[in-house]
Amino acid sequence: MVSGLTVSERRLALVIAGLIAVCGLAMAIVGRNDLIGAHGFIVLAFSLGVIALVATRYLDPEPPEDRLSQYYDDPTKAGIVLAMIWAVIGMFFGVWVAALLAWPDLTFDAAWASFGRLRPVHTSGVIFGFGGNALIATSLHVLQRTSRARLPDQFSPWFVLIGYNLFCVLAASGYFMGVTQSKEYAEPEWYADLWLVIVWVVYFLIYIRTLQRRKEPHIYVANWYYMAFILVVAILHIVNNLAVPVSLGHAKSYSLFSGVQDAMTQWWYGHNAVAFFLTAGFLGMMYYYLPKRAGRPIFSYRLSIISFWGITFMYMWAGSHHLHYTALPQWVQTLGMTFSIVLLVPSWASAGNALATLNGAWHKVRDDATLRFMMVAAVFYGLSTFEGSFMAIRAVNSLSHYTDWTIGHVHAGALGWVAMITFGSLYALVPWMWKQERIYSPALVEVHFWLALIGTIIYVFAMWNSGIIQGLMWRTYNDSGTLAYSFIDSLVAMRPYYIARTVGGLFFFAGAVVASYNIWMTIRMSRRAEAAGRDTVDVPASAALVPGE
Amino acid sequence: MTFDHQTLVAFSKSWGLFYLIALAAVVLVYALWPSNRKRFDRAKNSIFNKDDRPGD
Repeated sequence: MVSGLTVSERRLALVIAGLIAVCGLAMAIVGRNDLIGAHGFIVLAFSLGVIALVATRYLDPEPPEDRLSQYYDDPTKAGIVLAMIWAVIGMFFGVWVAALLAWPDLTFDAAWASFGRLRPVHTSGVIFGFGGNALIATSLHVLQRTSRARLPDQFSPWFVLIGYNLFCVLAASGYFMGVTQSKEYAEPEWYADLWLVIVWVVYFLIYIRTLQRRKEPHIYVANWYYMAFILVVAILHIVNNLAVPVSLGHAKSYSLFSGVQDAMTQWWYGHNAVAFFLTAGFLGMMYYYLPKRAGRPIFSYRLSIISFWGITFMYMWAGSHHLHYTALPQWVQTLGMTFSIVLLVPSWASAGNALATLNGAWHKVRDDATLRFMMVAAVFYGLSTFEGSFMAIRAVNSLSHYTDWTIGHVHAGALGWVAMITFGSLYALVPWMWKQERIYSPALVEVHFWLALIGTIIYVFAMWNSGIIQGLMWRTYNDSGTLAYSFIDSLVAMRPYYIARTVGGLFFFAGAVVASYNIWMTIRMSRRAEAAGRDTVDVPASAALVPGE
Repeated sequence: MTFDHQTLVAFSKSWGLFYLIALAAVVLVYALWPSNRKRFDRAKNSIFNKDDRPGD
């Protein structure tokens, strides 16, 4: 990977990693009496690791000039591997926190293993670690193929990928120590947030610079979704994390907003993180890898445009449905509820578009577990967007809010839609990236598919049951007008479902382990083939494809 | 006129509505404009122009 960089790019890498190492050292010194000092050492160790990696290959020969006539896929390959590592880590912690609810002793009396600290490791691990790396990896692939242009330079994609993973490491390690802003999906503190802004701006610039070099006249719809993901996440991240640190030597910061404004900003962020991180980016994946794998163009390109703008402009207003029956003004709640219902239109347009694309390719769906992953993802996307719109209705929300139904809804989306479309896309992408005819074992893809599907169904049904029972128990009154059940009664009623949920999660986790093994073995197949001297590449277009461009 | 909660409400309920309707109209016109059909058909088929697999 390093030997693919030019000498000047290697030098730039050393300089930037050196600067970050200095920042880490400064954090360690200034924050020596605070948790930020520990993070300083982590930043220092991380950047020294990068320096060591580059320095040992610094004197390798320069890559050949004809690399410029090929796509640059090294960061995508690394991103796929990182995504799978984070998938295993994040899902392992998911199973652990699920088990904690049934068997609370599993904290082993350690502060770092308490539910409140492990849970964000799970959520950030799967959303940002697994999802984020998969999004970066696939977006760089889709961007180059659909624009028919190579990435503008070789350094910035590495900066984005490695820098983003530094953010993920800071996030996860911080939670163990107790560093948190206590904002859902935005837990990392101010210094990690600032770092992510820099990484994210570079990511967006890669997109813009590559699109400027495109040889295709029209920007393929998948790129619109990816760009919406990058741009909107930047806006959300900056606004929601506006905060003033206690001092440069303290991890703690205070939000610029307070009270209900803070809650509204947080859930404007939180729901749009679902919308643009967990939906728009993965729709970008779907609109490229599903037609590609099915061998059929998207059913209606026009519909994909209409649903793109629908999603982009309506999701922005839906966040306040997280704050029904709170101090938030009634009209803002109603606004969020209304937009959540209207959102069903563009959401089902995308899900229907995907399924209609498969019309005529159902035999492939039957035979090919990779395509089946994507098909099931589209179905779960349709189901969970319907469920989401339904739960956003204030009266429904009065039953569902604060119960496990919400957790079931999130996981129908996260396991059924986000993870399934990612696994399907990665299974399609891995053989292309490592120049293999097929994945190491299609049989293991089949095994993974059933593990994932069974796991998701057990999980979601357990949480639906549990959530509705919980919601009903909390609102049942006896003859004298007081609550019929205590909170602990509802917990006892939840226990079988918590155990079922752990089992479902375990199935899903096992599937991710199988996937990692399968992908790793495919990479080894490619290394053996390379050693045997077989190499083929596909190339970007060298001239304009349409006369008059 | 003071800038308060009611101002925001009035703005959202009037201009917010108009801008979303206008936006929907623009998107529909763009997506359904007959002369754009060729460009969209080309785009949706463009991802098949060159395969990624070795040997193709």
